Amino acid sequence: MTDRRRGAIALEILAVLLFLLFLFPFFIVLVNAAKIPFEITQSPLTFPAEWRKIVDNMVTIWTSVNIRYSQSFLSSVIITAASLVLLNLLASQAAWALVRTKTKLSAGIFITFVAAMVIPFQIVMFPLLTWFREIAQFTGIRLLRSYAGIVLAYIGFGMSQSIFMFHGFIKSIPLELEEAATIDGCTPRQIFFKIIFPILKPIHATVLVLNGIWIWNDYLLPLLILGKGNSVMTIPLAVSNFAGAYVKQWDLILTAILMAMIPIVIFFLIAQKSIIKGMVAGSIK
Amino acid sequence: MRKAKHPPVFWLFLAPVLVAFVLVIVVPFLLGVYYSFTNWSATARIGENLAFIGFGNYAKILKDPSFAYSFMLTVVYTILNMIAINVIAFSLAMLVTQRLKGRNVYRAGFFVPNLIGGLILGYIWQFIFNNAVPSIGTLLGFDSWAAAENLVLAKSATALLALVVVGAWQYAGYIMVIYVAAIENIPQELIEAAQIDGASPLRRLFAITLPMTSQAFTITLFLTLVNSFKQFDVNVSLTAGGPAVMFMDQPIYGTQLLAMNIYNQGFKSNDMAGGQARAVIFFLVLAIVSVIQVSVNKKKEIEL
Repeated sequence: MTDRRRGAIALEILAVLLFLLFLFPFFIVLVNAAKIPFEITQSPLTFPAEWRKIVDNMVTIWTSVNIRYSQSFLSSVIITAASLVLLNLLASQAAWALVRTKTKLSAGIFITFVAAMVIPFQIVMFPLLTWFREIAQFTGIRLLRSYAGIVLAYIGFGMSQSIFMFHGFIKSIPLELEEAATIDGCTPRQIFFKIIFPILKPIHATVLVLNGIWIWNDYLLPLLILGKGNSVMTIPLAVSNFAGAYVKQWDLILTAILMAMIPIVIFFLIAQKSIIKGMVAGSIK
Repeated sequence: MRKAKHPPVFWLFLAPVLVAFVLVIVVPFLLGVYYSFTNWSATARIGENLAFIGFGNYAKILKDPSFAYSFMLTVVYTILNMIAINVIAFSLAMLVTQRLKGRNVYRAGFFVPNLIGGLILGYIWQFIFNNAVPSIGTLLGFDSWAAAENLVLAKSATALLALVVVGAWQYAGYIMVIYVAAIENIPQELIEAAQIDGASPLRRLFAITLPMTSQAFTITLFLTLVNSFKQFDVNVSLTAGGPAVMFMDQPIYGTQLLAMNIYNQGFKSNDMAGGQARAVIFFLVLAIVSVIQVSVNKKKEIEL
């Protein structure tokens, strides 16, 4: 065996070991989600006595009236889906309007959006609550503890980066395409929805992935706007409500965690390439 | 006929985002800066006359040991976390850009923790540090690992390191992907030329790989800086700020990072104005430090 070949094998082994080390926490979650409390205290590192227990634990979590997991799952789906659809639609419209209207005002609005990306959530979170309460007083539209409020907040906080990414992409679309359509008698709205919107497909995917992972996993914003234990909860809120309790039922907590991870992992396995590409694109811009 | 400067469709398409932007960011931001100079409390209404107290809240913060402690802790955490994440991420990137059989599988595996929220990751690691680690200790013959006072999360110093471990595990795979893209962009001729000239792997790392990926470093350092400084979710679920320590003769949270300090000041101590003033300081420090970091890194970038 040559030195080179030996080196290659050593690297491969190193990579496998690191790979296993990285996935070790998930292994711990999986094996302990299939145990009874006594087994967990006895041996958290071993395989469970009976894998069937994982199904029982999952059913317990899904149907428990205290944890309200199924309800939170549904709320998470609604909030994420509504925010993503609106963010993609509104941000792409706005970016197109900003790119195609070349005025000082348009440039100024764009710069303001970009500058707002540096504002950390912490500086707006306290007044946001008071302000949302105030809006409800005047208009009767409930924004705290409601779907409307949290989706509005996600549109506000996700808008800057989404517009920025659409803006960069739309700049590279040749104007001739739109001019030809105008001559054919298309209105600006028709041009956007019939011609531009379909071209934006790859960047729509990137923005969806980026915002989707953020919104699905987010904890602080839902904590403030929805609160723990109210009628609308997201999965992170439900998990923290349950896991933060004084008595730690680790068998069920780890099952809840496993169930929270499954949708993301499935999504990742299906769309691995575009997820990695999307998340990197989002960071570099 | 002159075309309108801003056609109706311009306003039609921009109106929704402008409304959301003003409602969610502009108004709360301005209110927030204003409130930090008043005696604002949770029950105060907008339009109510708040007493303007100038820099009163800020003066109080400077004398508050819990803020000083959280600030220093956050600086230490940010530095350790940036180093840990970037060293691990770059090493992993070097590894998975070699000719390995399963390199796509490894990349995916290293990336996965990043897809799961910090809150959930923190609970997983709380279980590992409190249950799995003592069990590993017993296997290895270190029974003392299981003693309550020896648990990783029981002391503030090791609990801080635990936060770094989780932060690095969560984020390294993501940063790795950015380095991988940069490394794969290095022209192959450069590396071959260096190999023909007999440059050692270490020499190639310092003379070619690191300088050629300097643009990626601007991004990765920025991302890790901002994310470490703003860490909240893992802090909540892994340590919840504990254990308590004595600092300047006062018992305070031993692992409470700034984001949590701001949150607790507002909601747990019911001092909204004080929490808001902390948030303003937090924003200014983060903005200044990240501007400095980006401009320093930009200067070191190589023009291609």
